[in-house]
Amino acid sequence: MSAPVAAAGVTDNALQSAHGGKGPATLADIRRAGREAFASLPMPGRDDERWRFSDVRSLSLDGFAPAGAPSTADASRLVRGSALTADAEATLVFVDGHCVSHPALSAVLVKAGVVFAPIEDVVRERPELLRDEALRHPALLGGAKMLALQRAWFGSGYVLHVPDDVELTKPLSVVHWALAEGSASFPHALIRVGARARAAVHEWRLGAQPDLRTLSVSATDLHAGPGAKIERLSVQNWGSAAQSFEIDTVTAEAAAEVTSVNAAVGARRARLENVVRLQGEGADVRLLGITVATGEQEFDQRTLQVHAAPGARSDLLFKNALLDRARTVFSGLIKVEPGAQRTDAYQTNRNLLLSPEAEADSLPGLEIEANDVKCSHGATTGQISPEELFYLLARGIPLAAAQELLAQGFLEEVLTRIGDAGAADAVRGMLRAKFHS
Amino acid sequence: MADFNQDERAQREAIDVDRSKGDFKYEENYAYDAGVGLNPGVVDYISKVKGEPEWVREFRHRSLGVFESMPMPTHWATNDLDNIHFQEIRYYLAKGQKASRTWEEVPDDVKRTFERLGIPEAERKFLAGVEAQFDSEASYSRMKEELEKQGVIFCGPTEGLRDHAEIFRRWFGKVIPAGDNKFAALNSAVFSGGSFIYVPKGVKVAQPLQAYFRINAQNFGQFERTLIIADEGSEVTYMEGCTAPKFETATLHSAVVELVALKGAKIQYVTVQNWSSNVFNLVTKRGVAEEDAEVRWIDCNIGSRLTMKYPGVVLRGKRARGEVLSIALANVGQHQDTGAKMIHAADDTTSNIIAKSISVGEGRSTYRGLVHIPRTLRNCRNNTECDALLINERSRTDTYPAISVRGRKNSVQHEASVSKVSAEQIFYMMQRGLTEGEAMSLAVNGFVNDLVKEFPMEYSVELKRLIELQMEGSVG
Repeated sequence: MSAPVAAAGVTDNALQSAHGGKGPATLADIRRAGREAFASLPMPGRDDERWRFSDVRSLSLDGFAPAGAPSTADASRLVRGSALTADAEATLVFVDGHCVSHPALSAVLVKAGVVFAPIEDVVRERPELLRDEALRHPALLGGAKMLALQRAWFGSGYVLHVPDDVELTKPLSVVHWALAEGSASFPHALIRVGARARAAVHEWRLGAQPDLRTLSVSATDLHAGPGAKIERLSVQNWGSAAQSFEIDTVTAEAAAEVTSVNAAVGARRARLENVVRLQGEGADVRLLGITVATGEQEFDQRTLQVHAAPGARSDLLFKNALLDRARTVFSGLIKVEPGAQRTDAYQTNRNLLLSPEAEADSLPGLEIEANDVKCSHGATTGQISPEELFYLLARGIPLAAAQELLAQGFLEEVLTRIGDAGAADAVRGMLRAKFHS
Repeated sequence: MADFNQDERAQREAIDVDRSKGDFKYEENYAYDAGVGLNPGVVDYISKVKGEPEWVREFRHRSLGVFESMPMPTHWATNDLDNIHFQEIRYYLAKGQKASRTWEEVPDDVKRTFERLGIPEAERKFLAGVEAQFDSEASYSRMKEELEKQGVIFCGPTEGLRDHAEIFRRWFGKVIPAGDNKFAALNSAVFSGGSFIYVPKGVKVAQPLQAYFRINAQNFGQFERTLIIADEGSEVTYMEGCTAPKFETATLHSAVVELVALKGAKIQYVTVQNWSSNVFNLVTKRGVAEEDAEVRWIDCNIGSRLTMKYPGVVLRGKRARGEVLSIALANVGQHQDTGAKMIHAADDTTSNIIAKSISVGEGRSTYRGLVHIPRTLRNCRNNTECDALLINERSRTDTYPAISVRGRKNSVQHEASVSKVSAEQIFYMMQRGLTEGEAMSLAVNGFVNDLVKEFPMEYSVELKRLIELQMEGSVG
């Protein structure tokens, strides 16, 4: 467990003293590269297309600092509240970036060579796992500055390694809590699932109090080997004043099947960047997004589906329900590289405006450099259909309840595609609560 | 690989065949020539030659300042823009005559040029008025007497701003301010030629008004300025068609077209763009539609090296309607970067965008769109459809729409698809005796057919022929 860090901000010179020369060579290397990149990169500007429609002017990473480890009482209270994936094989719990619970895997899985452990343990016991090229992935969708900061503070988070042909029948769960006001955390997830192997992993990002102001910059590198099957669920429900940046990279080898679901509930401003690379023939990736945006929330979703191999399929569906003065930005690009013939790529963004003050921006894009492809995108923004509303009102259901029912019906299309029914219920509960906040 | 090279050569030849129609020019002997490069002196020169009022000269100078202060939009647009060398371009050149009224007054070599373009026949056949543009100046213009009697004004910008300032000054540079973008600023500084049209209240112009544009000098950029005002309840269709001869070095064409449809008026603006494949065609086109008015852009881009053009409609009055129908064909060495903008600014407004593109060989077509509905509005609707057809393995297409919606009871839908001509279709047609090329050409014409039908008859015939020529050698 690391010692509390001085309260100086995460972006200033404290960076140098906080990490100078400490830790194993791999960690120090990653952090030094992150520091150098952070110092040299500008903050995103208004003329950066990748930040179009985002509120760039109010964007600031200042005023946050890493928090010390939580008290034993806080830690055990939060561990008790971490059973969101009911039938989890194992649950890792982090509080403000510090790992407070990591139960051992079953002997069978350990024997099969499965690794599911916090990075601090991996550094000690299996440092070679961190010499992964995934840790050098660039942020292609605009978050390079944020990713550099995350690397400068690299050390929190976990590694999941599933060797070839190993099938995990139960999901793994990771819970990140934000506890201290003004805390900053920089978790990393390095997920590598080998050939024909199978795994499901759920990540929950939660605020310990509803109105916390915290910063989280997380990075996920997910690699699905040939024929692997992965289901991933990432749920963000930070405190209402939080800032959240998630920078994800998914790589799918030949015939791999990946489902990645992102649910956005909390935070004042949350940005998701997800780059999916289909680099093996016949890879199949499904991307799902679901959001209920309320108050002054800004949800910024940037996705890129790169088809680098022939015969692969990708399908994206992002549904956003907006209330109050909330704002969502969906920007998605399907890129079909030369030679990626027989590509099937789809992208759908549906926005439901439940308030005249809410704003939904949509930037669905295609870049196609092969001709034998089936590609389409669709984006719609609209209100609840008056006919459907009338049907419910005519049956005596009050207006507010009818609107809520229809909005929840709109979101069900994504929720029913979450493989784990218990986790889907937990997400459904969080989204419903937002209609009454 | 050898096959592919042959394929490419065949495509080039197909283009050459197509271009030959406009590939001619006559000796350059320009009485007025502002020289090469851009500076305040050039602006003064143009303004003086044209005998413009002081306020126009000031407008030009302000615009030049704006142009110089704005960066190139390469943060989102193609880097090919960096190949424009502004100091190597001639910004003004005129044939040494004022706009003529009768055919007899037109110089002989200009007449010969127009004859090859088929203007006299076209005019005799059906045209209500011809504003044929030779280089910078309108060198021939005539209107049928009945149009004049109806009070329709159809002239160039110089006459429009000098003789009818009370009509045109109010809207000139208002729909597209000089600062709108770098190329609109450039046009505002050095514009010459183009059409200024005013249609009085309630007048429905039965025949389309038409202008032909020609480029006829090396390194010579054309900067037409068009302003069409349709007064309350009036209707007008304007047709703009382009052919340009080929040159070794790149040529810049940067027009600004402003349309104003007042209450209940209808404007339809039809373009067939077929510049030679060395032309940078960077055009700003926008219309304003007041209450119950309709602005319709029908835009077809076949030529040029790089076209950047996103016709827009600002829907300012209740129940206004905007529409963009767009066809783009990108062949080897071409980038058609086209699209549409719909700015909803009043309740109950509707807009429709249908864009179809075809990429042949290594051609690249891009759709960029903007649909904006702010929070104060209600009952606004937009429908956007973009379909792209890719012919060869290395053809490229991109789609970049931006949609921003707030307010009550507003709805937008956007659909885009990318496909290729199915092997079954081609097989079916070849079974019935067509060659592969003919089958491909037929399939492509089928893909755009529902849009081509929207063009006036003689344009749609020409368009089909142009598409057939472009498709020659694209397969096999």
